[in-house]
Amino acid sequence: MIVNEAPALSRRAFLSATGALVVALAAPAELAAAAESRPFGRSVVRPDKLSSYISIDRDGSVVAYYGKIDGGQGLETSIAQLVAEEIDVPWERVRVVMGDTGLTVDMGGSTAGNGLRQGGSIMRQTAAEARRLLIEMASKVLEVPAADLTVTDGVVHALADPGADPKKRVSYAELIDGRNLDAPIAWRGLAQQLTVKVKAPLKKPAEFKVIGKPMPRRDMPGKVFGTLQQCSDVRLPNMLHARMIRPSVAGAVPLTVDEKTIAEIPGAKVVWIKNFLAVVAEKEWNAVKAAKALKVTWSESKPNFPGHEKLFDHIRQAPVVMRSSDPGNVGAAAQRVKGSVEDGFKQAVRILQGEYEYPSQSHASMGPACAVADVRDDSATVYTSTQKPHDCAAGIAELLELPPEKVRAIWMFGTGGYARDGQGDATADAAVLSKHLGRPVRVQYMRHEALAWDPKGTATVNRSRIGLDASGKVVAYENISKAFSMEDCNTREQHPADTLAGMALGVPLNWRPAFGIPGNSYAFDNARWGWEVIAPLMDRSSPLRSTHIRDPFGLPILFGSESFLDEVAVATNSDPMEFRLRYLKSDREHELFQAAAKQYGWDTRPSPRNDQAHADIAVGRGFAYRQLAGTFIALIAEVRVHRDTGVIEIPRLVCAHDCGVIVNPETIRHVIDRQLVYGTSRIMYEEVSFDENMVTSVDWLTYPVVKMNGVPKSIEIVLINRPEEPPSGAAEMALGPLPAAIGNAVFDATGVRLRRVPFTPERVKAALSRA
Amino acid sequence: MAQYSLIVDGNAHSIEIDDPEMPLLYALRDELGLNNPRFGCGLAQCGACTVHVDGQAVRSCITPVAAVAGRTITTLAGLGTPEKPHPLQTAWIEEQVNQCGYCISGWIMTGAELLARNPNPTDHEIREAFSDLICRCGTHNAALKAVKRAAQQA
Repeated sequence: MIVNEAPALSRRAFLSATGALVVALAAPAELAAAAESRPFGRSVVRPDKLSSYISIDRDGSVVAYYGKIDGGQGLETSIAQLVAEEIDVPWERVRVVMGDTGLTVDMGGSTAGNGLRQGGSIMRQTAAEARRLLIEMASKVLEVPAADLTVTDGVVHALADPGADPKKRVSYAELIDGRNLDAPIAWRGLAQQLTVKVKAPLKKPAEFKVIGKPMPRRDMPGKVFGTLQQCSDVRLPNMLHARMIRPSVAGAVPLTVDEKTIAEIPGAKVVWIKNFLAVVAEKEWNAVKAAKALKVTWSESKPNFPGHEKLFDHIRQAPVVMRSSDPGNVGAAAQRVKGSVEDGFKQAVRILQGEYEYPSQSHASMGPACAVADVRDDSATVYTSTQKPHDCAAGIAELLELPPEKVRAIWMFGTGGYARDGQGDATADAAVLSKHLGRPVRVQYMRHEALAWDPKGTATVNRSRIGLDASGKVVAYENISKAFSMEDCNTREQHPADTLAGMALGVPLNWRPAFGIPGNSYAFDNARWGWEVIAPLMDRSSPLRSTHIRDPFGLPILFGSESFLDEVAVATNSDPMEFRLRYLKSDREHELFQAAAKQYGWDTRPSPRNDQAHADIAVGRGFAYRQLAGTFIALIAEVRVHRDTGVIEIPRLVCAHDCGVIVNPETIRHVIDRQLVYGTSRIMYEEVSFDENMVTSVDWLTYPVVKMNGVPKSIEIVLINRPEEPPSGAAEMALGPLPAAIGNAVFDATGVRLRRVPFTPERVKAALSRA
Repeated sequence: MAQYSLIVDGNAHSIEIDDPEMPLLYALRDELGLNNPRFGCGLAQCGACTVHVDGQAVRSCITPVAAVAGRTITTLAGLGTPEKPHPLQTAWIEEQVNQCGYCISGWIMTGAELLARNPNPTDHEIREAFSDLICRCGTHNAALKAVKRAAQQA
């Protein structure tokens, strides 16, 4: 092993300052290395060096450089567990540096619950490799064969006697002495496809000391005592505050701006570049006031939207611009076909079909997006809480016409966002303003702007069809989702066209027809899963541009497909769990269903109950299932439907959950519990409303979300641990089955099928009265 | 310009502002450099900006500075510290309540006010106290458990 004599001083200096505000501590040495990083895509930090992932401080503590981020679900804590396990130092002595493009390898950001599946795997392997190489070094120093050495708490010693001869012991700190772990790492793929290959074997489940232990979240005390500095708390010397000015009719552009209307507000100034319009001030409140006071005349814009009540008719009627069966769709985007659906339907003696509607939804983050940019003549630093800092940095570089290696995105904790929310837009806005004004600029959106202008989840019409033979067996299955593209707005803000700022400055919408199919494991003989994408409603800066929102394929598609399977179970007089199990082959699935049924006390019978016709409150239970990327979820919902008001109470949710090896049972329980409450909000309350001109859901009254009185009262989680399987992710997988589980429970209670999310009291009442 | 004295987390401050209608939130964040409370809506609809004014939970995003001059203001950071935590902060960590934590001032400051006037609240009373708060990560049930834990330990 080669040990580089020159420690990365800038990196060390930066790290010793974490926790404090990271101003003026950019790492020029690392950024300057970018010229040679070209073979590594956008990674400024080289993926082919061990030191890019793991370093050991002079005191023997370990630093893990994690290219993804922690959106508040405990990844920082779990990554420290994986690294501590493999490198054999106490968990407390592993520090995790996250999502700083100047310090971490591009791992493609956090997405699709892959923080452990992809990023964790990289960190675990590189930690194991570091341990292997450190033992090799120790072997030379101690003159003991490597095979006879082991590690306890960062000290290498002979296998036989850990406490013995001090001459036969050496610590990581002594071995490394502040230098870098400058060994090569075999790697392939870029960003989300990045994987590494190392010689060191991973530990076996029987050897685990830290993996599988409940560990307290590291970010919790800082949040609870109000001391953790989040992105919105960045305050740079000489920093200006900005607010964006957006039209009240989508598509309108500013024609005249009357600066006199803000003349009385101290320090307030207008920045107007092409269609990009903002106000800035020294004090934040004055920027807020100026944004309100500024008089702008806007161009006429034709109405662009059908209005939310006509949205699903629009989707049904709009011409299809791309189908999953079109050439070029590969991977998750490709249609999935088994056998011959046409032949299957010919064999069928009975054909059932069902259609379900899922609305457009806002990310509706707790805090409106916020970012700070400090753009200099030849470089830029942005402070952001985007989920994809490396994408963000690339997009800012292109927007500012800077070489990519001259832009550093420093990710910081911020408001929970869950996929492509407004953070990338705010970061681009701040960068444009900072470049124009020559000063650091902080942008935060207002509440109405956050709800109206964030990229939206895709409204979807899901059609399912099933053919049954005379015995009630499924002989043909088809599920087709028709929707706006998942990429009206690219899910990774890596080009100016992906942000509002870029489009305001004249770059056309970066539209691409894209959709996908959620994982599933039903073994129907003849089956087709596919999709149809329609054109966007506007060709630029649309407040309804569609993109990814947490569990982008699961919620809209599984609402339809899993509700429809319930219809088929009813039609064949089958218990809904039993019906599904006929088509599921893996032991993991059967054990999962049993675990859920046992926890709930499930009695095997078909729906509906049919014994509550005269009850004011009808009680029912519903089931739904999903498998995605090796995570298996069986979900049971219990509901109480108030017939007079249409209100649905959810007294109980039971979630059986198998996501491979459990790294931290405490965080995983919390992630699932909080996720099911969040999902309840999406399903029971959330829908973007809009008229022909503009989004009209602009605050928490017009875009209601779940509050204390609407949360499920009891959420029971059964974790199934599979130590021999890799961690397959838990951040969003339990969401997908939730709408169907609730809807199916309502059917069980009342015999009425809910076909449109959200299940608002008005809609439930209307459905009950139609029955 | 007008001068106001604010007593925040036990410290007296004098600030000069050009608009007496400026909400307290901006004074705390911009004039005093505090990281909590946070801006969530500016409409008193979510709770992310909650502080105590003379012990009462108040939404600082709509409370003019002029209205609270000279009164005792407590933020999340002043409620307790790692060395001397408020029982609810201890319970919050034990229950590992939060995900992103952006909403936290609303929940802990409202919960602390509840415990001050009602040391043993029922589930129903806790739900009532929290009925007008927003958390987008879904920590509602965990927050309820934390209040009960703090009540039991007090």
